[in-house]
Amino acid sequence: MTQTILTVDDSRTMRDMLRMALAEAGFNVIQAEDGVHGLEVLQTAVPDVIVTDINMPKMDGFGLIEAVRKDTRYRRVPILVLTTESDMAKKMRAKEAGATGWIVKPFEPSKLIAAIRRVAA
Amino acid sequence: MTVDTMAAIRQTFFQECEEQLSEMEVGLLAMDEGAADSETVNAVFRAVHSIKGGAGAFKLAALVQFAHTFETALDHVRSGKLAPTAEVMKPMLRAADVLSDLVEASRDGKEIDESSYEGVAEEVRALTLVDGEEEVEEVIDFQPAVIDFGLPDIAPEPASASRHDYRIKFAPRSELYANANEAALIIRELARLGTIEVECHTDAVPDLDAIDPAGAYLSWDIKLSSESPIEAVREIFEFVEGEAELSIETDGQPEVSDADIAALLARALSGTEEPAMSTTDSVVPETPLNTSTAEVSAAASPIAEVPKAAAVPAAQTTIRVEFDRVDRLINLVGELVINQAMLSQRVLEANFAGSSSVIIGLEELEQLTREIQESVMAIRAQPVKPLFQRMSRIVREVADATGKEVRLKTDGEATEVDKTVVERLADPLTHMIRNAVDHGIESPEARVAAGKPAEGNVRLSAAHRSGRIVIEISDDGAGIDRPKVRASAIKKGLISPDAQLSDSDIDNLLFLPGFSTAATISSISGRGVGMDVVKRSIQALGGRISISSRPGQGSTFSMSLPLTLAVLDGMAVSVAGQTLVVPLTAIVETLKPKKGELHGLGAEGRVMAIRNTFVPLIDVGTQLGFRDTPADPERSVAILVETGGGARNALLVDSIQDQRQVVIKSLETNYGAVAGIAAATILGDGRVALILDVDALVSGTFEDHLGESLRFGTVG
Repeated sequence: MTQTILTVDDSRTMRDMLRMALAEAGFNVIQAEDGVHGLEVLQTAVPDVIVTDINMPKMDGFGLIEAVRKDTRYRRVPILVLTTESDMAKKMRAKEAGATGWIVKPFEPSKLIAAIRRVAA
Repeated sequence: MTVDTMAAIRQTFFQECEEQLSEMEVGLLAMDEGAADSETVNAVFRAVHSIKGGAGAFKLAALVQFAHTFETALDHVRSGKLAPTAEVMKPMLRAADVLSDLVEASRDGKEIDESSYEGVAEEVRALTLVDGEEEVEEVIDFQPAVIDFGLPDIAPEPASASRHDYRIKFAPRSELYANANEAALIIRELARLGTIEVECHTDAVPDLDAIDPAGAYLSWDIKLSSESPIEAVREIFEFVEGEAELSIETDGQPEVSDADIAALLARALSGTEEPAMSTTDSVVPETPLNTSTAEVSAAASPIAEVPKAAAVPAAQTTIRVEFDRVDRLINLVGELVINQAMLSQRVLEANFAGSSSVIIGLEELEQLTREIQESVMAIRAQPVKPLFQRMSRIVREVADATGKEVRLKTDGEATEVDKTVVERLADPLTHMIRNAVDHGIESPEARVAAGKPAEGNVRLSAAHRSGRIVIEISDDGAGIDRPKVRASAIKKGLISPDAQLSDSDIDNLLFLPGFSTAATISSISGRGVGMDVVKRSIQALGGRISISSRPGQGSTFSMSLPLTLAVLDGMAVSVAGQTLVVPLTAIVETLKPKKGELHGLGAEGRVMAIRNTFVPLIDVGTQLGFRDTPADPERSVAILVETGGGARNALLVDSIQDQRQVVIKSLETNYGAVAGIAAATILGDGRVALILDVDALVSGTFEDHLGESLRFGTVG
């Protein structure tokens, strides 16, 4: 079955890149522009994996992860965070919030897909 | 990815850069004014951060490098390590200018010499030095991304010939599951690396009634035989390292083999890391040189069957449309308006009863047409914000070059106007802002001596006023030096030494061609462009410009422009059997000339007395060559018009038809430029009517009778 990935990123460039890479690998892609928008999309869509940026307006990635983990429907949805730096502190904070893993930007599509496959059933 | 999609994303990236640069600028200016909250600082950081991120993907190394330096300083402000004082904000604002130059250069495929901005980079770097101690320069985690994974890798990872036997002990803790990792998936990934034997320990599992559903009770001993190096194995556990007891040992082989070292070296030299899935699959051990590409797509094949067409579209609030399409739509709506007007006229001629359904239907059509027209015009409308933002940079540059302290305040940035108007305003506005800083604002010393704060203010504002946009540039400088302007005008022969000029007349001399008040033409405002050029540009947009100035307190330049260049509110008049359109914005009032009000002036000139002042009377019919003999004023109508410069004239026409909105059709494009005519339009009966260029029509007279018109302006 086609898996659906929700990507949350305020950068249009990044959203386009994620969409292209994921669509090319055969995933269904739904997109949101920030944490608040991401939660809105989650009201109607059930993704297999969520890929989210950290620094976003309105609600950042940490906020989104915490909110998703609180919702029983999504407790087990893997969440990968996008970080520009391989910043340990940010990764750890994301982990504490409930992130499953991370993808370092700028990403190679193969790395992105590999990371998703490592967490997606 | 295909070249096309990459080009499309690249275009998106630069469009987004524009938006981010603009957001950054607004935020930085707020920070500079001390009016920034943490979200503003965060937004600025985010903008620079996003530019860096995108630039990384497109291998724009110089842009990444500079954005990184800038971002580091912004991060210090964000985290409270650095206060956004004036000393801090100055280099930050300069850095913003450099960043936008670098973005522009990257977009155009140009390179900027690093030495030209190294000074700014150094200043920004200096901001992050805490207590004179240099912070450890962070190594930029910048790896050019290889995005075209549709093609096989050019240099596939040389597979290690030796086989490793790994013994892995893996005991997840509950956090691993809480964060949505799955032990089973990790084992599945391990299995892809080679052949595995898995032993699951269930002895920690309690009785059913004691089981915590969120608990972790299982652990595994895994034997993996694989050609993959230990890094590939570790990478699989990357996400769960802190969430499980984990040990990985190699058996029979040293943990790091020679082949691994070779592989590590190759990786270090190529600068890319090996994807997790790039090693041989246990199913096909006889193809050790399988590339990562082939493998990823093979592995993804169960889900790769449904292509991207199945992708769910994102929720979008805007769409991007080429301007050509919008312009075509505007043209078509213009045709629709004309056709609708023609239809109305035909129906009127057919004498239907007012209650007839034809009339009612036509009225509805008229209403709809107007609404469609307004909606379509709104598509082209753009806020003046980006234009205003560019001005803050001009102010900074000119202030730096002249050693002045100047602050730009902007107002009404959200005011919208037609895109073409915004574009064509850039040059005149830049010139006027330069003037305001260079000529308007005094040096800090002179200001202090005059009892003013050392820092000067330039205010730029936009507002909608009665269907037009009014843009004002005011400064709190010394004001126009009228004696100097007057002396200069006399010296240049623009006015006679004994000319009687009001203050406003003197101020308006600045708009005369070839006028410059600066004793020596400065490199900043000079450049051979005078206010006359500014005035002409504004007039070409159907606008007017005026000055007001108070000695010692500053000057204000006020521009009023139409919101769109596609339609015009005009008054249709008849002259010698022709229908002409006079732009409504130029009209002050209409009068019926009486005998005693008209006076001859010289051989052909005539003036008209209007409430104690005399204004030149222009016979439109003879001026445009429609007829040879002047019209009889008493059987004509005089339209009092005001030009951009504020001069008043009376246009003599035969009669007034009505007031209407007309669709502007370019005369240059369809026929050729005609003096005194701005454009043409098509009337309801299908005939072409010319739209008068009042300023040009008047200025023909104005130049001939310059002295007179100035003098007559103050008679009585």
